Amino acid sequence: MKSLAELKAIRDRAKASLDLRKENPNAARVLVGMATCGIAAGARPVLNAFTEEIQKRGLTDSITVTQTGCIGICQYEPVVEVEIPGEEKVTYVKMTPEKVARVVNDHLVNKNVVTEYTIGGYTK
Amino acid sequence: MYRSNVLVCGGTGCTSSNSLKIVDKLKEELKAKGLDKEVNVITTGCFGLCALGPIMVVYPEGSFYSMVKVEDIPEIVEEHLLKGRIVTRLLYQETVEEDTIKSLNKTAFYAKQKRVALRNCGVIDPEKIDDYIAQDGYAALGKVLTEMTPEEVIQTILDSGLRGRGGAGFPTGLKWKFAAANDADQKYVCCNADEGDPGAFMDRSVLEGDPHAVLEAMAIAGYAIGASQGYIYVRAEYPIAVKRLQIAIDQAHEYGLLGEDIFGTGFNFDIKLRLGAGAFVCGEETSLMTSIEGKRGEPRPRPPFPAVKGLYRKPTILNNVETYANIAQIILKGADWFASMGTEKSKGTKVFALGGKINHTGLVEIPMGTTLREIVFEIGGGIPNGKKFKAAQTGGPSGGCIPEEHLDVPIDYDNLLAIGSMMGSGGLIVMDEDNCMVDVAKFFLEFTVDESCGKCTPCRIGTKRLLEMLEKITNGQGTMEMIDEMEELCYYIKANSLCGLGQTAPNPVLSTLRYFKDEYISHIVDKKCPAAVCKNLLEFSIDKDKCIGCGMCARKCPASAIAVTDYTAPGKKKPAYAIDTEKCVKCGACMDTCKFKAISKG
Repeated sequence: MKSLAELKAIRDRAKASLDLRKENPNAARVLVGMATCGIAAGARPVLNAFTEEIQKRGLTDSITVTQTGCIGICQYEPVVEVEIPGEEKVTYVKMTPEKVARVVNDHLVNKNVVTEYTIGGYTK
Repeated sequence: MYRSNVLVCGGTGCTSSNSLKIVDKLKEELKAKGLDKEVNVITTGCFGLCALGPIMVVYPEGSFYSMVKVEDIPEIVEEHLLKGRIVTRLLYQETVEEDTIKSLNKTAFYAKQKRVALRNCGVIDPEKIDDYIAQDGYAALGKVLTEMTPEEVIQTILDSGLRGRGGAGFPTGLKWKFAAANDADQKYVCCNADEGDPGAFMDRSVLEGDPHAVLEAMAIAGYAIGASQGYIYVRAEYPIAVKRLQIAIDQAHEYGLLGEDIFGTGFNFDIKLRLGAGAFVCGEETSLMTSIEGKRGEPRPRPPFPAVKGLYRKPTILNNVETYANIAQIILKGADWFASMGTEKSKGTKVFALGGKINHTGLVEIPMGTTLREIVFEIGGGIPNGKKFKAAQTGGPSGGCIPEEHLDVPIDYDNLLAIGSMMGSGGLIVMDEDNCMVDVAKFFLEFTVDESCGKCTPCRIGTKRLLEMLEKITNGQGTMEMIDEMEELCYYIKANSLCGLGQTAPNPVLSTLRYFKDEYISHIVDKKCPAAVCKNLLEFSIDKDKCIGCGMCARKCPASAIAVTDYTAPGKKKPAYAIDTEKCVKCGACMDTCKFKAISKG
C-alpha cells in the first residue's frame, strides 16, 4: 500500500457488499415477486438484473433489492414493486431483465415512473 | 455480484453449537438450488446475543434467525432465499410482531446498545481485509501517517478521555505520552489479549470478529510513540482468535499495511503474536512482558514503569484489546465525538460480558453511565425463572459484588470503585437468591490461590490463609472473630502485594463482607446457609405427610441413605420414607427425583 488512493480504491470496490448488510430505513426498495408463479414466469433473472444494475451504478447505499411473495396478480408476473419513501408505491408487471435498466435509470434515479411498464400501462 | 448476504456467527459461542456445520449446509443447499452465485454466505464474529446462538442474519431483509439448527437450513433456503418468504417461525421471536418484523436494532437487547468497539463484529468477515477496509478500515492509519504529527495523535487520544479498558482505567493518551517522551533506539507496542477473568470474553470477540481493528490501532500507537515493533500476547486457549489474528497479520502484510514504508511515508511497523500458556498473572503488565521475553511469567516491581523500561527494558506501551478497538474511530470521528459519550470522567462506551443468572447471556456495549438496572433488566432481559436479583459481580476475581441498593448507580470507573467493586475487564455475573455470597467469595479466592504466581509472600500465603478461613465458615466451623481477622488480612494483602493480582485479590471478600455480612453471620452463628448452597450446612428432609411412599428417592440415592419408615400419612396408601442425615452426602438427587415436592433442603 503506497498511497491513500489505493486504499480508497479497495474501499469503494468492497463497499457495495457491505451496504447490503446494513439496515437502511430510508432506502428505496425494489421488491421482486418470487413466489412459485413469479419464479415460473422468470423473476429470478429480473431480480439479478436489478441487483447488478444497482451495484454497477454504485447505488447500493440508497436502494435495497429484496424479494417478496405472491401479491395475487399471478397473470402479470414477474411483478416488481418500487417503493420510494414519501411516494406512492408503483407496480411494474411482465418485467424482463431488459426492462430493468430503464426502471432504475428513469424511476429510481430520475424519479420518473416508467408508465408503460406499470400495471396501469399494461392493462390499457 | 450477490443480491443477498447471509451472515452466520463464527464466534466461539456459536461455533461450539455447530454454526460451522450450518455454513456448510447452507452452501450445499444454495448450490443445489443454483443460488450460490446470488447469495453470499459470510462467517462473521460475535453478534453478542450468545444465549440465542447459533445466530444467522439474512440481508437485505435483516431477518434475525436464532438457535438455528442444521435441519432448518433447507427450509430457510427454499422459502426465504429462493422465494422471499421469511420463515417467521424460526426468527428471534422478539423481532416478530403481529404482521410485521421489527428491526433488530429496536429489540430490547440491541436498542440501548451503542457499538463502537464491537461495530464490525457480526457485520464483516473477519478473515477478509477488504471487508474491514470497506468499513473505513485503515483510513485512520492513513490519516495519522499523512496528516498528523505523533504529538497530534497523542493529543487527540488525550482529549478523547479514553481510559484503559483492561480494568485499571489509566488514561490511554497519558500512557502514550510517557512512552513517547522517552528516547530509545527501540520501543515496543504491546497488546494485552490475555483475557483471564472468569466470565469475561469481550476481547476474544473483538479478536475473532474484527482483528484488523487491533492491528490498525497498534500501528497508530507505534507511530505516536516511535515504535516499529508490536507484540500481541494472546492466550492459546483462544484458538479461533489466534487463527484470525494470524490471517489478519498476513493480509495486512500482503497489502503493505504492515511492514516497511507504509503508505509511502517511510513508517515501518510490524506485529508478532505471542501465545500465553494460560497463567492468569500474565494478564498483569509486567508479567506479560516478562513472558514475551521468554521467561517465567512473574511480575516485577514498578517503578520503573513500562513506559520507561518495559519489554526488553525498552520503553513500551501495553493496551488492552478493547482499548485498541476504539482508537481508529477516535482518529476518524474526532476526540469530541468520543468525549460526547459517557460520564464526566469515563468517556465512551464499555463492553460487558453478561453471564450468570440472566436471560440474555452475551456481549453488550453500552455508553458509560448506563445503570446496572438497565443492563440487567432491560438489555439483559432480567433473571430467569422469576427469581429475585441478589447481586452483580463485576471485575472478576479483582472486583466485587454490587447489591440491589446500588442498581441505579451510573456505571463508570469511579462509581464502581466508590461502591467497592471495579470495572475490571467487564465481566458481569448476575446472581440471584440461590447464590450464597460466602460461597461466591470462596470461589474467587480459590481462583486467585490457584493463580497466584508465588513470587511475593502477601499474595502467596495471605490468600491461602484467607481461603482457609472462608472454608471453615462454609463448613460451619467459623467464629465471629474470623470476620475481623479476615478483614485485617485483606487490607494487609492489598497493601503489600507486588502486583495487581494480589492487590485486588481480597476484593471479593471485602465487598461481600460489606454488603452481605448477615450471610456470613448466618453461617457462623446459626450454622445455616441462607441460600442453601454450602453443603456442610445443609440438611435434606422428607415431609412425611407429603410423601406417598413411591420409593423413587430411595432408588436414586447413591449413598443408600433413604429408607422406608413405619408411618403412613392419613390418606396415603404406603408408608413414608425418611433420610438418614448421617449417611446423606447432600447430592440433591432425591429432591430432583421427587414428583410430589416432599423433599426440602435448608
